Amino acid sequence: MEIGLNHYLVLSTILFAIGLVGVMKRKNLLLLFFATEILLNSVNIAFAAISHYYGDLTGQMFAFFVIAIAASEVAVGLGLLIVWYKRHGNIDLETMTSMRG
Amino acid sequence: MFEAVAFYLFAFLTIAMFFITVTTSQALYALTALAAGMIFISAFFFILGADFLGAIQIIVYTGAVMALYAFGMMFFDTTREVKEKKGNKYIIVGLSTLAAVLIVVIFAAPMVSENIVALYPVIEGVGNTQLVGVILFTKYLIPFEVAAIMLLVAMVAGIVLAGKKMDLSLTLMSAEEIEEIKKEKNKKVLS
Repeated sequence: MEIGLNHYLVLSTILFAIGLVGVMKRKNLLLLFFATEILLNSVNIAFAAISHYYGDLTGQMFAFFVIAIAASEVAVGLGLLIVWYKRHGNIDLETMTSMRG
Repeated sequence: MFEAVAFYLFAFLTIAMFFITVTTSQALYALTALAAGMIFISAFFFILGADFLGAIQIIVYTGAVMALYAFGMMFFDTTREVKEKKGNKYIIVGLSTLAAVLIVVIFAAPMVSENIVALYPVIEGVGNTQLVGVILFTKYLIPFEVAAIMLLVAMVAGIVLAGKKMDLSLTLMSAEEIEEIKKEKNKKVLS
């Protein structure tokens, strides 16, 4: 059986849906960051698959930049999270209501 | 045949790992499952012939990002069980399905048009890493440099934010508290 582009796109979509459920379900900010990593990785799979099946390297280039952005996002996000934890003692989303949203 | 077996095996493993990540109530299990899922994703890149991307995936995600998360978890109280939101399940499932369908439409749109021309076609007989290097340092040189600056800024931000006394905010403190901090500093200098 031949594995085509659609297989990879369906897999990417399933992973994206899992990540999205995680983003909406989680209350702990650290676990919410995990869910965003899943979202970024699922898109990377789609990029790499399209790059392979069209014989074009642009998709891989975009995947590299997505990885770079994910790395810097983690660095800054964890720094902010540590500051918040030192000041308030927990990292639950429901405690971050100082803007009364 | 082997490609199909590998694809289905790793697809199952990846979905299972990420499912554990979003459903477990223990932060340590979530971290471990996420690291495993990242490694399984790199298998897809190797199947697809993107060797360099697969190596980068392992190095950056399971090497750097997971280590960063592990360090971060040392600061937080992760031994207790994580409480979860009691939201409307129909809204969550509906929105996820909608967004997933949207992603498929986004990726299917260029295929429907069927007049895609490869901008940087893969040359036969040249390795993936060489091609990536050639394209990255010619056509994508400026985005590459911008990404380097962005990583530098992120590194400085991470060092500054996680440093000492960064939890104190001068704008949120009263004048007396600021005076006390100044006195403490002077004491340390004198002693």
